[in-house]
Amino acid sequence: MRPFPVDTPAFFNRGPSPLARLAFFGLLSLVLLFTDTRYRYLESVREVGAVGLYPLQRALLMPGVALDYVQGYFGSKRQLADENATLKRELVASGPATQGYAVAQQENARLKALLDLREQYAGAATAVQVLYAGRDPFTQKLFVNKGSAVGIEAGEGVIDETGVVGQVTRVFPYMSEVTLITDRDQAVPVKAERSGARSVMFGNGTGHAPELRFTAPSADLRVGDRLVTSGIDGTYPPGLAVARIVDIVRDTGQMFARIACEPTAGVDRSEYLLVLARPATMPPRPEEPTHPDAVKKSGRPKDGIRPKARRG
Amino acid sequence: MRVLLPNVASLAPASPEEILRPARPWFVALSLLLALLANIAPLSGVGAVLRPDFLALVLLYWCIREPRRVGVGVSWFVGLLMDVADSTVFGQHALAYAVLAYGAEYFRRRVLRFPLWQQAVQVAVLLMLCALLVLLVRYVGGAPLPHWTYAAPPLVGALLWPLLSVLLQAPQRPRRSHARR
Repeated sequence: MRPFPVDTPAFFNRGPSPLARLAFFGLLSLVLLFTDTRYRYLESVREVGAVGLYPLQRALLMPGVALDYVQGYFGSKRQLADENATLKRELVASGPATQGYAVAQQENARLKALLDLREQYAGAATAVQVLYAGRDPFTQKLFVNKGSAVGIEAGEGVIDETGVVGQVTRVFPYMSEVTLITDRDQAVPVKAERSGARSVMFGNGTGHAPELRFTAPSADLRVGDRLVTSGIDGTYPPGLAVARIVDIVRDTGQMFARIACEPTAGVDRSEYLLVLARPATMPPRPEEPTHPDAVKKSGRPKDGIRPKARRG
Repeated sequence: MRVLLPNVASLAPASPEEILRPARPWFVALSLLLALLANIAPLSGVGAVLRPDFLALVLLYWCIREPRRVGVGVSWFVGLLMDVADSTVFGQHALAYAVLAYGAEYFRRRVLRFPLWQQAVQVAVLLMLCALLVLLVRYVGGAPLPHWTYAAPPLVGALLWPLLSVLLQAPQRPRRSHARR
């Protein structure tokens, strides 16, 4: 007599159980998570994926572009004429200002030459279009449609027509990732336009206003002050609008004032952005004394400013 | 729910007893691709805040309906793609989707017995779990706690569940004439 078959027939064999699969893939994910946060080994894999996804992202922009085109085509002559008239009026109105600006610029150039200032930002920039905003609610990121193929590099500043938007943080061949100034701990060195008080603005994450950290309560800052880039980091050229101060809390019990700001640029609204190439050269860092004793031996500088000596 | 939906036979939700034809692999792939596109489409303002994770929803549907084609492994891989598209930490979506697929496997045999809106409630729980997992992973990684609107996309996703399951099951329904015979 044949024994009754106890084994599951191969027909019903479905491989490892879901729990086993979950354990395997879960562990794999954890390993990936750890590797990616700690070592960033996987950037090349990411790049391959990003290049593969790029055509899809372009395709997604097509409906919008087509709609714009159709609207533009059918935009009535009347509308165009109106717009033309308005623009002409505005052009005339802004004439004195621009002429004055040209004069001021010349004057400025001469003064700068006199002061032997280094040639400022040369103005090399790349216009880019926003492909889409990152879905991740924990970070504030944008993806734009140009990358290392046109020479964009990680670390470059990004602006729109009204002010600083963020910084390029990751570059793919045809796409780059821009971290917005409102992203948590994204820092922009700024100064107040009115008083020249310098500080650093830190983003505070989604839904929170950026703030000026480590600023003394006595700093000459007021609500409504415009903050512009100070240019001391070499990332952003000086003088770009960044934010406006909207709230200052000066608590005498605290070391620093709490200063909340509102970004000037349409940080999460602009569609077209400009990626600024880094200034060609930064002035070399002043050489630091190798031994702390070296400072003592050379004596204090005569004007009373003591160079910062590194400890240990 | 039946009353709310248009009275077109192929668009009314399939009853639990109805036997659907197996989904074609290309249709599964296409739906996943479209969901990925919906996830990365440029949106701003309220739309961006409320946008559900379409990919998670579609994966969940296929994990329930076609467990032999789409399971933990496929979900994990699709999650990796999402990580690339979103530029998040590698493994974050992968882990979340793998857990989602396991959840689907766990309850897929009974969930289809419920009417669509009750299915939606269960889907909401699963999606919430998924979102919590992501939150945990990111929080451990040092990210700040997100705004309370973080809870909105899973709920919106659950609300879309009835519509999505009707849409996705439409190509698999037997033709009306055949069903009557």
